[in-house]
Amino acid sequence: MTTWAIEVKGLSKSFGNNRALSDIDLQVGRGEHVTVLGPNGAGKTTLVKVLSTLSKPSTGTLRVDGEDVRNDPVKIRRRIGLVSHETFLYDDLTVYENLRFYGRMYDIPSLKERIHEVVSQIRMESRLHDRVGTLSHGMQQRVSIARAVIHSPSVLFLDEPEVGLDTQAVAMLRDVLESVNTPERTIVMTTHNLKQGIEMGDTVVILNRGKIVYQSSRGDIDMANFQEVYQSYTEMGK
Amino acid sequence: MKGPLSKVLTIFWKDILLEIRTKEVVTSILVFALLVLVIFNFAFEPETATMSLVAPGILWVAFTFAGVLGLNRVFALERENSRLAGLLLCPVDHMAIYWGKLLGSFTFMLAIEIVVTPIFLVLLNLSLFLPRLILIIVLATLGFTSVGTLFSALAINIRARDIMLPILFLPIVVPVIIAAVEATAVVLQGGPWGDMLTWLQIMIAFDIIYLVVATLVFQYVVEG
Repeated sequence: MTTWAIEVKGLSKSFGNNRALSDIDLQVGRGEHVTVLGPNGAGKTTLVKVLSTLSKPSTGTLRVDGEDVRNDPVKIRRRIGLVSHETFLYDDLTVYENLRFYGRMYDIPSLKERIHEVVSQIRMESRLHDRVGTLSHGMQQRVSIARAVIHSPSVLFLDEPEVGLDTQAVAMLRDVLESVNTPERTIVMTTHNLKQGIEMGDTVVILNRGKIVYQSSRGDIDMANFQEVYQSYTEMGK
Repeated sequence: MKGPLSKVLTIFWKDILLEIRTKEVVTSILVFALLVLVIFNFAFEPETATMSLVAPGILWVAFTFAGVLGLNRVFALERENSRLAGLLLCPVDHMAIYWGKLLGSFTFMLAIEIVVTPIFLVLLNLSLFLPRLILIIVLATLGFTSVGTLFSALAINIRARDIMLPILFLPIVVPVIIAAVEATAVVLQGGPWGDMLTWLQIMIAFDIIYLVVATLVFQYVVEG
């Protein structure tokens, strides 16, 4: 029997009477990269919050590496990392202090060496002892990637990490993401950027009004017509 | 060191380091508490019967309202940049987050009380050596910050949190404040231990209730 890196069945999430996610079914294999596309309010961030244990599903099941999140969320949190458009970093601590704080929260052995390793991957060695508040947003986002991978998670969630970054910074971010990636790491990324999303994903999913309305492997996607495909799926029901 | 205690201390040390850098919490509490003392000192003549009656109230009004100011910042810090999400993503029991934040709030408030109390005693021409007052302050501060830390987390997603925190929190913590005022009155008037014992027991009982309930409830407050 295949153990999926992420297995979601009949997952829904409601906030009062507002249903943010409806009957989501999704299986993500180990090492697979999934891109979730969708317009504002489609439920992308809610999906990432639920998948990363930050929010509890209203109904349905969610397994990460075969483990049901309801049984032992703490164990699952050891295996996941999250990069959001917000960095979760403390402006008045240095890059090193921020990474040391999160590293200690994850009980990382040989933490000092690991910090130097991830900082070298994000190419920020020269700013290691600078306060995060003095860095540009693009640099902060790179530190945020180091924070998210410091414990070598097997599953990495990227929730619109490029928001607020200029083209150059997005390109740098993508390089950094590739440098911290490992073949066995599963990545689920939400984005508005269709081109980048398709390039980075093995599987592309379109979410609209809390439902998965489209799912295809990258090889089956006709890049020339994808913009029209995307619009046809996201304008459904408007 | 591993385990929940190391996580509590990691969060605590992070808050201490941030406070040393920013001085946001301590400065606001200290200035407010000192202002209250000075204003009341002008309102009531020291060494009068009225002053000895109202002095315990003045001290705890200063600590309570200054404390509310500080508690507003405890989780506001984690709200900015969604840092609370970063904490909740860590593989730790959420109780450890509560205890780490509580330890920080308790330390900040106690640090201010260590500065303000001698000034208060000097203004009242009282002896600076009042070990029983230290016990009252420690017990009351523990009760105050145990509930305050929980309500600070609760208020994080409320729009008018600066106003809502005292409205929600003060009615809950009032038994500890009343007990602290009564016990302080006994100490300032030189009463015997026996007269303040009931108030100490009330504070201890509420401290235990607050700590247990807040520890158990915290995860429901912060989880989405």
